[in-house]
Amino acid sequence: MATTAATVERENYLNAGYGLKSWLLTTDHKRIAILYLISITFMFFIGGFFATMIRLELLTPAGDLMTSDTYNKMFSMHGIVMVFFFLIPSIPAVLGNFLIPMMIGAKDLAFPRINLLSWYIYTVSAGMMIYVILNGGVDTGWTFYPPFSTTYSNTNVVIAGLAVFVNGFSSILTGLNFIVTLHRMRAPGLSWTRLPLFCWSHYATSVIQVLGTPVLAITLALVALERLFHIGIFDPKVGGDPVLFQHLFWFYSHPAVYIMILPSMAVMSEVITCFSRKRIFGYNFVALASIGIAVLGFLVWAHHMFVAGISVYAALVFSILSYFVAVPSAIKVFNWTATMYKGRIYLHTPMLYAFGFIGLFTMGGMTGLFLAALGIDVHVTDTYFVVAHFHFIMVGGAVMAYLSGIHFWWPKITGRMYPEAWGRIAAGLVFAGFNLTFLPQFVLGYVGMPRRYHAYAPEFQVLNVLSTAGASILALGYLLPLIYLLWSLRYGEIAGNNPWQAAGLEWTTASPPPTYNFEETPVVTWEAYNYDELPQEVPVAQ
Amino acid sequence: MFFHDVPLWPVQASAGAGNVDWLFIFLIAVTGFFTLLVFALLIIFAVRYRAKENDNRPATQIEGSYVLEATWTLIPFGIFMVMFVWGALIYVNEARPPANAMEIYCVGKQWMWKFQHPEGVREINTLHVPVGRDVRMTMISQDVIHSFFVPAFRIKQDVLPGRYTTTWFHAIRPGTYHLFCAEYCGTQHSGMVGEVVVMEPAEYQTWLMGGTGEGTMASTGQKLFQELGCSSCHRSDTQGRGPNLVGVYGKPVLLDDGRSVVADDNYIRESILSPGAKIVAGFQPIMPTFQGIVSEEQLLSLIAYVKSLSQPEEREPVSNRPAVPGRVATPGNK
Amino acid sequence: MPSSTEVVAQHSLQHHFANMEQQRESSTLGMWLFLVTEIMFFGGLFASYLVYRLLHPGAFEFGSEHMEFWLGTINTVILLCSSLTVALSVHAAQLGRNKIVAILLIITVLMGLGFLCIKGVEYHNHWVEGSFPGHWWHMDTSTLRGDDVSAAQLFFFIYFVMTGLHALHVFIGMVLLSFIAYFALKGHYTAEYHNPVHVSGLYWHFVDLVWIFLYPLLYLIAHKHA
Repeated sequence: MATTAATVERENYLNAGYGLKSWLLTTDHKRIAILYLISITFMFFIGGFFATMIRLELLTPAGDLMTSDTYNKMFSMHGIVMVFFFLIPSIPAVLGNFLIPMMIGAKDLAFPRINLLSWYIYTVSAGMMIYVILNGGVDTGWTFYPPFSTTYSNTNVVIAGLAVFVNGFSSILTGLNFIVTLHRMRAPGLSWTRLPLFCWSHYATSVIQVLGTPVLAITLALVALERLFHIGIFDPKVGGDPVLFQHLFWFYSHPAVYIMILPSMAVMSEVITCFSRKRIFGYNFVALASIGIAVLGFLVWAHHMFVAGISVYAALVFSILSYFVAVPSAIKVFNWTATMYKGRIYLHTPMLYAFGFIGLFTMGGMTGLFLAALGIDVHVTDTYFVVAHFHFIMVGGAVMAYLSGIHFWWPKITGRMYPEAWGRIAAGLVFAGFNLTFLPQFVLGYVGMPRRYHAYAPEFQVLNVLSTAGASILALGYLLPLIYLLWSLRYGEIAGNNPWQAAGLEWTTASPPPTYNFEETPVVTWEAYNYDELPQEVPVAQ
Repeated sequence: MFFHDVPLWPVQASAGAGNVDWLFIFLIAVTGFFTLLVFALLIIFAVRYRAKENDNRPATQIEGSYVLEATWTLIPFGIFMVMFVWGALIYVNEARPPANAMEIYCVGKQWMWKFQHPEGVREINTLHVPVGRDVRMTMISQDVIHSFFVPAFRIKQDVLPGRYTTTWFHAIRPGTYHLFCAEYCGTQHSGMVGEVVVMEPAEYQTWLMGGTGEGTMASTGQKLFQELGCSSCHRSDTQGRGPNLVGVYGKPVLLDDGRSVVADDNYIRESILSPGAKIVAGFQPIMPTFQGIVSEEQLLSLIAYVKSLSQPEEREPVSNRPAVPGRVATPGNK
Repeated sequence: MPSSTEVVAQHSLQHHFANMEQQRESSTLGMWLFLVTEIMFFGGLFASYLVYRLLHPGAFEFGSEHMEFWLGTINTVILLCSSLTVALSVHAAQLGRNKIVAILLIITVLMGLGFLCIKGVEYHNHWVEGSFPGHWWHMDTSTLRGDDVSAAQLFFFIYFVMTGLHALHVFIGMVLLSFIAYFALKGHYTAEYHNPVHVSGLYWHFVDLVWIFLYPLLYLIAHKHA
């Protein structure tokens, strides 16, 4: 129950020990989640800085703001930082870490010390990346294609590759932890089919992390070795094959995009059910769709290589498989939409972001259908069409879901409510800014503007200016939560255990939770999303 | 200035462009429909079912529906298969240049495009082609991976170091069109641009005649063939220590390990740079390598020459006229 | 009144687990998952090996002929025996016999050390013969033709990366088993609580298994030896 009266401060995970050591040596999954929150927010704004530089340069057709080499570093580091140091950890390391033990009625993850190790590995890798940034950067693109990366680039390729290599182990250990936790630490009565779908999606994500990331690690290690020792595993002059790199790289990096989107879908299942006051429509289908995405996602990597010189037969196989993998995502979107049907809808900030997600993810996902069509892909691959496609999914999708989740669980994590009005303003700005930034890029791609271009043909300018204008609105939309969420830590309304009257074990404990999460291990006898038994009112004012 | 010349659609300058555009429009229609459907449903639900203070209607719990799940699985899947087939047909067509297409050779390097016409004309960054003819590009890179992209033709093909890749087009309207490098290749990636100039056939012929006077690629190749000493082993009879190359291009070749490979551009290039990789049946592995001795352009000239040995009508006169086909492997003939 | 072994077991129960069984099953599943990631990690290298061997069979034969067959075979036997000692140590741990566990693990570690020493000898011989790829290459490749000349370096690159990575894992295994042996000497394990021995054993078996694949792929291609 919300109250602003000061109460005797009871023990929770935030005040159970003060001082740097209690945080840096913590094994509490909730504190580790906060450590991650700080780290990835920091890296997000670094990645955002590079994005700002890119969009400023692209206001004019000539490359007049910075040299070509600098620009090439800007987009490379934007990609590396955003993909590896923000998107991949974001939801799992912050929300997954915080919530999964609570959602299953456990005291912590299966391996709390490995959880802390994950964060340290992340921090070391982020430190390496910051060193790269300050020491001249890297200009290979986040994709590190040889022979350019192994033989021709004059930048910090080895250290950047090693930074990503190290970062991969953080991801692997998090995934390993989640899988064991979900298998072994569920409370009595909590069968797999009673689990929140948040857990199913994170399970699927973790499987991908565990299976895919090691392949990226060894691939980047080979690039580093080739660069250092001039062997030629990817250099055709000595019998190597640069296309082999692409196969190895995309074998991870395609499933990686599902690592980035499945946790977003995890958040959606929780938010939409709560703010519709409804049980999820088609629980089994949504759960199995998550697993389906994880499995099929490993079978489509060469759709990034349709013009790379692969055989026609290979292209046909990967094209049809790419259409297969689209099906489970479509199923999820329809199920979420159906969940809202005849619901009791509340439009709080998390739900606004969820609406944004469904709309933009649907659009982004469907532009994937364009790319899966071989004849179209030949024309639009390596153009701004692809850039728009993946930003729709990763920004319009994943980042909006991340913000939705942060707002939704903010009261649980901090014990405070965020200011609802500002939340909605920011959500609106993000949505509007996002669309203005990236819709013109679809057009730019089809009319032929290639990606990674420092200078471009003059007729593309208007669309680029629109895009940059949108980016400035988007940036404002991202700055606002940074400000008001920090503000709320001190001045936000005090939240009770369950301000949203949401289903899920995490809402049955105090906000913020005590270190051990539950006074007594719960025994679960009810199905997930039991909104038929919960109050129909969300007591928070809209 | 500002809003007048915003391009919303690339010009259709090739025979294949129309089909690509129709598929694109189909995709826009389908995805547009589903986008609008989802958006509409979201908005309708958000308005119609919004919780209001004075109304305590509870949500109606619906578990699911197998019928709906099947519907929204199978219908999208069916539509996806249409998209797949249509896109595949375009791609397969793009992968099969017509047999009588005219050849143009391209060497990409950081950061320029070098073109060679078989007639001998060379160009940098600008490519002249005739309208109404099939044109096949055979391309290779001297350094990193590039990509040959002409938006107006709707074609794109990565240009790799170490082996040839091909693409083809059939220009349908005269004009000048952008050529872009579409695979990030370093500092001047965005400067590795050029133009494709499509000309009326007569104009193109005139333009060709005004060429460098160097001679055709095949004749350049023939000169090289003699200068580098190739002709001393690759004689146009059966006495040479190397196979007779007349009529070899485009035909299967029997190797000493029993395999049979087609003598295409990549095979000939490999034979010059790594002669030991494949030995023709009945011959010794004695050919030296020319790695580091010939440039990619010279390799293309040599290939053009070898190709010309299979086209008696267009061939330049050769000192050794072919009289006998190449040696055939017999047992004990190693 | 709990037995002393049960007290030890309870004492080893981590605070976030409900009971020893949950802890044991979690740690076992965790180790299996970790080994899966290791398979994927080595998998990329095996994939590269596959591609390049198919493209350059002559070079790979050449490289394999320059492997020291007997050293490789002895190493294989050493690792197989070490897996035996590890398996026996797990069995001893199930019986709560800490001293035997420690002895067997120490023997295992010594065998690992022997493996690494032999590997060191091999690497030294390779260095002398000039098969370190890149700057230091000076092998006589006159028997090779064409592409195989440069692909021979590729073989050795793959050889050194795969065996080097494997040797690193052997070393890590040795450190791990040393710790376990130390704890065993301290009487740490009982019939009820000895899962660390089990999961460490799993890791060592995995390391052995990778070698079982590496050995024929690297040493036995040429069908000739000595």
